[in-house]
Formats: sequence, C-alpha cells, structure tokens
Amino acid sequence: MARSPFSPSFWRSPLRGPWLTSVLGVVLLGGITVLFVTGLVSYAAYNPDLSPVNDKTPDKGVLGFYLFSWPTDPHWLYRLNQGVHVTLGITLIPVLLAKLWSVVPRLFTLPPARSLAHALERLSLLLLVGGALFEFVTGVLNVQLDYIFPGSFYTLHFYGAWVFIAAFVAHAVLKTPMALRNLRQLREEQNDLIAPNPAEPTVSRRGALWFVGGGSLLLFGTTVGQNFDGPLRRTALLAPHGGAEPGSGPGGFQINKTAAYAGIRDADTSEEAWRLVVVGANGHTVRLTRADLLAMPHHSAALPIACVEGWSTSDQWWRGVRLRDLAALVGHDEDPPDVLVESLQQRGAFRRAALRANQVADPRSLLALAVNGEDLTPDHGYPARIIVPAAPGVLNTKWVARLTFGDL
Amino acid sequence: MRRPELPVLIGNPLQILLLACSFALAGYAGVRLLDGAWFEIALWFVGAAVVHDLVLVPLYGAADQTLLRTFEAADRRTWIPYIRVPAALSLLLLLVWFPLITGRVTHRYTGATGHPPADFATRWLLLTAALFGASAMVFAIGPWRSGGGRREGSGRGRPG
Repeated sequence: MARSPFSPSFWRSPLRGPWLTSVLGVVLLGGITVLFVTGLVSYAAYNPDLSPVNDKTPDKGVLGFYLFSWPTDPHWLYRLNQGVHVTLGITLIPVLLAKLWSVVPRLFTLPPARSLAHALERLSLLLLVGGALFEFVTGVLNVQLDYIFPGSFYTLHFYGAWVFIAAFVAHAVLKTPMALRNLRQLREEQNDLIAPNPAEPTVSRRGALWFVGGGSLLLFGTTVGQNFDGPLRRTALLAPHGGAEPGSGPGGFQINKTAAYAGIRDADTSEEAWRLVVVGANGHTVRLTRADLLAMPHHSAALPIACVEGWSTSDQWWRGVRLRDLAALVGHDEDPPDVLVESLQQRGAFRRAALRANQVADPRSLLALAVNGEDLTPDHGYPARIIVPAAPGVLNTKWVARLTFGDL
Repeated sequence: MRRPELPVLIGNPLQILLLACSFALAGYAGVRLLDGAWFEIALWFVGAAVVHDLVLVPLYGAADQTLLRTFEAADRRTWIPYIRVPAALSLLLLLVWFPLITGRVTHRYTGATGHPPADFATRWLLLTAALFGASAMVFAIGPWRSGGGRREGSGRGRPG
C-alpha cells in the first residue's frame, strides 16, 4: 500500500467514485440553494435598510440589492423561514461531510495544477470548502450560544455566505452537467475518484447513502421539534430549545433572554418607577404609566415568537394596545410612520430596534401587556413588550421604555 | 519531453472567466468579512478547511481502519456495520452539539433561556445507548430473518 496520500493507490475505499459524489453533490445543490435563499430572506426580515440600529452590516453595499419592506403576512412567515434555514442546515451536515470525504483524494492531486484554469479552480475550492465549513460552524455554534467566533455572528455569517456562494455558484456551473450525466448513466465512467487498488468492500454504495441519510434523519429528528410546543418539543433531545418548556402556566413558553440575563431590575419595572415615553414626529411627548396603558382600548393577536436561532413557539394569545393607537396619541392620526423602540435593557445587540410603517399600521402589532390571559412575566417583557406579526424575535422588543414615532 | 502547447497551459477560457467573476464577488464580500479581526477570521475560514481535511478526515479514517482490522483479525468482518453505524451516528451528534453536550455553555445557556440546567450529556449517552441497542436488535434478528443461515461469510453488501 502506498504511504503517500499523493499516490492514487493510497486511497483504497471502493465507495469513492463519480456516482456517489454526484448524488451527494446534487443533494447539496438543492439544499444549499434553499439555505442561501432562506438566509437572504432572514436578513431582509430585520429591515436593515430601515435604520442603523437594525443593521449589523452597514458596509453591505450591493449585497443588499434585493432588500424589501418586510411584510406582516402571513404571520408565521419568519417562523417558517428560519425553522427551515436552521433545521435544514443541521440536517445537511452529514451530507456535507460525506461529500467532502468522497472527494478528499483530489486535495492531493499531482501536479498541483495542470493549467491556469485548473489552478484557479483549485484556489476557488479553498473558498468553497472553507466557506461551507465556516458557514456551518458559525451557524451551529451560534444556535448553541457558543460565541467563540472572531466577531459578530451577523457580520461573519452574512459576508461569509456571500464569499461561499460566489465559489458555490462557479462550482455548480462547472460540475452540475457532469454530475447529472453520471447519475443518468448506469455504467460508471472511469474517473480519478475510483480507487485503482480498492480494498474489499464492507458496505455497498447504496448502503453508504442510507448511512448518510440515517445521520441526516437522526439530526433532523432530534432538532425539528424545537419549532413546536408540548410533546413535539420534547422530541428535540439535543436542540437548544428542545425538551421541556421553561416553567408552566400562561408564561411557560420559550424565552430568548431572561430578565436577569438582560440586567432588568424589579426596581425599574415597578408601577411607581416605570413610565412609557411616547414621542411623535413633531416633538409631541407623552409619559404613560402602566395604569394609563391599561385604560386604553385593548386588542388581541395570536402570534408566535420565532428566533433567528431556528426555534419558535406556536401562536400565543397576546393582549395590549395597538402600536397605531399609540402613534395616534402623539399626533399621527392617519398613516402611522416608522417607530424606534428602546428597551430598559442596558446592553445587548437589539436593545434598540426599528419597525417600519407597514408593521406599525398592522392591527395585530401590539404593545402587549398580557399573554395567554395573564400579565406578562418578567422574562417575557413585563411591564410591556412589542409583538409584531412575522417579525424576527429580537425585533419584538421586551421591557419597552420609549417609542419614537417618525420617518427613520 | 515536449513542452505542452500554450492553450493547454491556459485551459478553458470560459472556465477562467467564470472563476474570475466568482473571485470578484468573493473579493467584494471578503474585504467586508475581514473588516475587523482579519487575521483570526481568515484563520477560521482557511483553518476550517485545513482542520477538516488534514485532521478530522484522517482521524475518523484511522478509527474506521482500526475497527476493520480488529474484526478482520477475529474473522468477524460481517459484524463491522453493527458497531460502525451506531458509533458514527453517536460521534456525529457529539460533533454537532459539542458545546451543549460538554457543558461549556451551560452557564450562559441556563441564564439566557431560563431552561432548567438540561443535562445534554445524559441525553446524548441515552441516545447512544439507544443506537447501539437498536443495532444489537437488528444483529440478533438477522439470522432469524434470513431463515437461520449462518452470518459468517463475505460482506452483505454488493459493491456498487
């Protein structure tokens, strides 16, 4: 047996070959396309072009070319999009690992480059493989709150995705026709991936594919439940928001950041201390106690909490004051404008967040004071929180202290 | 030996154009990606590929070879899948959920989410036990399903 990986006879697995690589490649072509599109959609959901407080990537330039006003319908839009993005990403990990395994002998090709085109293609593969792993690793770490990557998750994952997709599209254009040919032909072409001196097989290629699919199914089955309540959530055995709900009763549903973690003190949220400051475009300012808010007309909305980390709750029954009624209170009787929402929270990436006029105008957009028939719990944003249909979780600001209406 | 012709050295011009286009977009996003702790970010990007190809792949390849040799030495080649599949699936779960299973984020996790300190390590061990248990069951009913035939012999799978 050859000792050097640069020798073709070093690689002995009888599984490697164009058929296996092509099957895995076609699965990734579909899967990664969905990941990229749902990622772009998730980015747009933050309305980064609305206000600097929503924008973690102000240098995006043309990469934000497709941005649009994020809608409020259907109200489960972000929940579905982000559930697909994260769950599919985790499900594809075995496929990615298998695909990389199937082509690893090519890393040791000699001569390193046969032509300029080949040299450029190999350089592009560094961006492809490095980019894919970078995106999967930052995503998987972020959903587990393990912030060891060097910088803001939003910046790294967003720009990393564009570097990766540039290499991915080139790779797909160069390789997809060949992959489809490999799959259509029953007989396998001779190819550098086929071991010249294969070891005795321990499993068939179909068996190997079942194995990869089994890995995906296992990850899917222990993750997807974190998008549902009750018994289904308990099936998500290893997902961060799987298992039992945190607590019971009306407030016993998933929490992104607790009051204690966000540094919210009871002294700041008490009836005596807390005031909601509402400012209009003309400088018109009102200060409201919680009792003032309770005296205003109340409305209900059944809306979920859906997090960028790929977990969500089913619809909760929120009750509170419409944002457009609060806008009217400070002079915006017709066509409510955008609003800047500020939390009592002293630190945290989204302690200030902006909502667009279409979100403010939606009759289901509330400054909620109660959920599921009871006052909000401290962890769900007592004394008052924002809840907007289809908005990402972090834009549903908790412990609201100030609303500034006006075009942003 | 004759030197290759110039067109051979250059390769497909369409491919070069496509890759130039790809590098331009990657460069545009790349300077923004590296705006910050550029060295560390580049290290993560390139390091991910290097660690995977030169550490992770040889590591699991060697583990698999060890398994193979052990069972071949005992003349029990057909038993390999019953160990390999549950072991690999268990390691896959460990790889993906490493921060939660090892408990390195427990403090932040319980503080942020309000979840009771969940014992992910125990859940992972139970899942591992279930995987090996299921494998043992398939192994046990194997000869019964194939009409009591002996399991020893050549590999079950036909090479594709």
